[in-house]
Amino acid sequence: MNIHEYQAKELFDRFQVPSPKGKVASSPKEALDAAKWLDVKNLVVKAQVHAGGRGKGVFKNGFKGGVHLVDSAEAARDVAGQMLGQVLVTKQTGEEGRFVRKVMIAESVTISRELYLAILMDRESCQPVIVVSTEGGMDIEEVAEKTPEKILREYINPLAGLQAYQVRKICHNLDLNTNARQFGRLLHSLYKLFIECDCSMVEINPVVVTTDDHVYALDAKFNFDDNALYRHPEISAMRDKDEEDPREVAAAEYDLNYIGLDGNIACLVNGAGLAMATMDIIKHFGGDPANFLDVGGGASKEQVTAAFKIILGDPNVKGILINIFGGIMDCNIIAEGVIAAAKETGLPIPLVVRLEGNNVEMGKATLAASGLNIVSADDMSDAAKKIVAAVQ
Amino acid sequence: MSILIDENTKVLIQGITGSFGARHASLSLAYGTQVVAGVTPGKGGQKFENVVPIFDTVSHAVNETGATASAIFVPPAFAADAILEAADAGIELIVCITEGIPVMDMMRVKAMLVGSKSRLVGPNCPGLVTPGHGEKSHGGCRIGIAPGYIHKRGNVGVVSRSGTLTYEAVWQLTQLGYGQSTCVGIGGDPINGTNHREVLEMFNNDPETEAIIMIGEIGGNAEVDAARWAKDHCKKPIAGFIAGATAPPGRRMGHAGAIVGGEDDTAQAKKRILAECGIAVSETPSDMAKTLLELWGK
Repeated sequence: MNIHEYQAKELFDRFQVPSPKGKVASSPKEALDAAKWLDVKNLVVKAQVHAGGRGKGVFKNGFKGGVHLVDSAEAARDVAGQMLGQVLVTKQTGEEGRFVRKVMIAESVTISRELYLAILMDRESCQPVIVVSTEGGMDIEEVAEKTPEKILREYINPLAGLQAYQVRKICHNLDLNTNARQFGRLLHSLYKLFIECDCSMVEINPVVVTTDDHVYALDAKFNFDDNALYRHPEISAMRDKDEEDPREVAAAEYDLNYIGLDGNIACLVNGAGLAMATMDIIKHFGGDPANFLDVGGGASKEQVTAAFKIILGDPNVKGILINIFGGIMDCNIIAEGVIAAAKETGLPIPLVVRLEGNNVEMGKATLAASGLNIVSADDMSDAAKKIVAAVQ
Repeated sequence: MSILIDENTKVLIQGITGSFGARHASLSLAYGTQVVAGVTPGKGGQKFENVVPIFDTVSHAVNETGATASAIFVPPAFAADAILEAADAGIELIVCITEGIPVMDMMRVKAMLVGSKSRLVGPNCPGLVTPGHGEKSHGGCRIGIAPGYIHKRGNVGVVSRSGTLTYEAVWQLTQLGYGQSTCVGIGGDPINGTNHREVLEMFNNDPETEAIIMIGEIGGNAEVDAARWAKDHCKKPIAGFIAGATAPPGRRMGHAGAIVGGEDDTAQAKKRILAECGIAVSETPSDMAKTLLELWGK
């Protein structure tokens, strides 16, 4: 799950991670009030969308830039008026862009140094790792590729937590000198936030040292562990469904794990590994998968019906492949669910079903007797070949 | 022989009275597995299906029944605690089926198990099966949620992160007439107890296992690590499959994750490294057993 910049700022304030003063606004009037409340000369107005590249983005109304520096509360109000209710297109949003519902008004600081700081869960060592670099404000992947020696990692024992010597070492390696104490406090606070909020990643690019010697977290990106959201209702509440693929939001309501892709063959599979393998085999035989969809171990009639509706809502989809290894579940019950879902949704496109497992003969017979245009397949290769042929 | 479990393994089930745990406890009993105890706090003294005694704590259950393996079916919020309780009670093999455990919890569990004599398999895994010699492999040891009847006792070891892909491989083998020594689902979570390499080592040392199928997927470097180990140490033929060649990049891994993860964790890279290490990589998931048999000279 991702959050907006202004929500990250709320978390920073709660955990005392220093960041420039700021406030969120949903209307030009609120923007004016926020700017007056901040009571500083130099302000920045930032469009709130879940996408990078905002500064160089262009609004569909022609207004240029999702991040603007202004020098009065009135100017902040006017810029907010140009952004709110408009669609911002950046290199990360695709052509369709993102609708801007909120802007953040913040104090603009004068930067003397930019650093990179991230904390993430390292799956190999099963520990959190702090990643820092002197090359803040840059594309960090590019830094990693061209100058890997400029990326430093510090692993944290999860039972002991972040130690003081580790903070000193990081500050020394970043040549922080007089700002070491402030950066150290920021790092301790950020580590606490990372652990207590069940983050899988928090990345601050950049952490800045200002000309008046403050250390601030500027732009932050958070990822939270979905498995742990149950114990963080305040973070779950930050979810902005408007920023997510509506198909994925609908799928989540039925406990379906769905990821939309660009192809034309939809698939519906039980189990994540088999679902990935099904996409792979469609591609292997010359087709193009339209999605990843794991219905879990159950594949109930309600789930299959919901899955059909989501799949059929994608205009690119020209055929459906169902691949179920009903190890313990009765294949006949799955077949009945598929038929019910097909009848309810009308089934306007070819459907190939590959069932395997418990009571499979009966399941196949039920599908054959349904009178619907359902093609049965014997194994995964057979199923993939049949659906690829059907959509050509 | 087999690895980790055999038909004499005494199994206890944590969360035996929940609907998920109860269903699979029944299926394991029906398969002929020695399910000797259940644990549900507050229900000690009762019996499951009038046969299996239920205890309040794992240590009490172990003292009374001599169970050495545990299957965990408790909800995600309580699973880390259940794993640590099993380790504290001296359980040798802890198999955690539960899906959806917070990563932070598993990170702490993993650190706390360092130096423990318990081995953890999972979480978020289908468990293990050592098939029996009876009809449809009846009489074997089934810990977890795999369908028992698809197995056949034999000489192929199977290790996989995914449940349904394991069943796929097992079923292909069984239909071609080749049985399995033990099938191990190590689970799909980023932090798990036992990895591919450790299972390969056990298969390599097991006299009954003559050939191995290793199934992996995108993300992390467990398969690559296992393959590199196998190149120098494993004497048995291995066939492999890696799922996720068509998965969109970056969907599960964050921006900074890609730096630490490195370049070896795409399906294409893993397949290439597996092949370089002498593993026969199956082109499609339909050919996992066939690929093994060709390499094995059968």
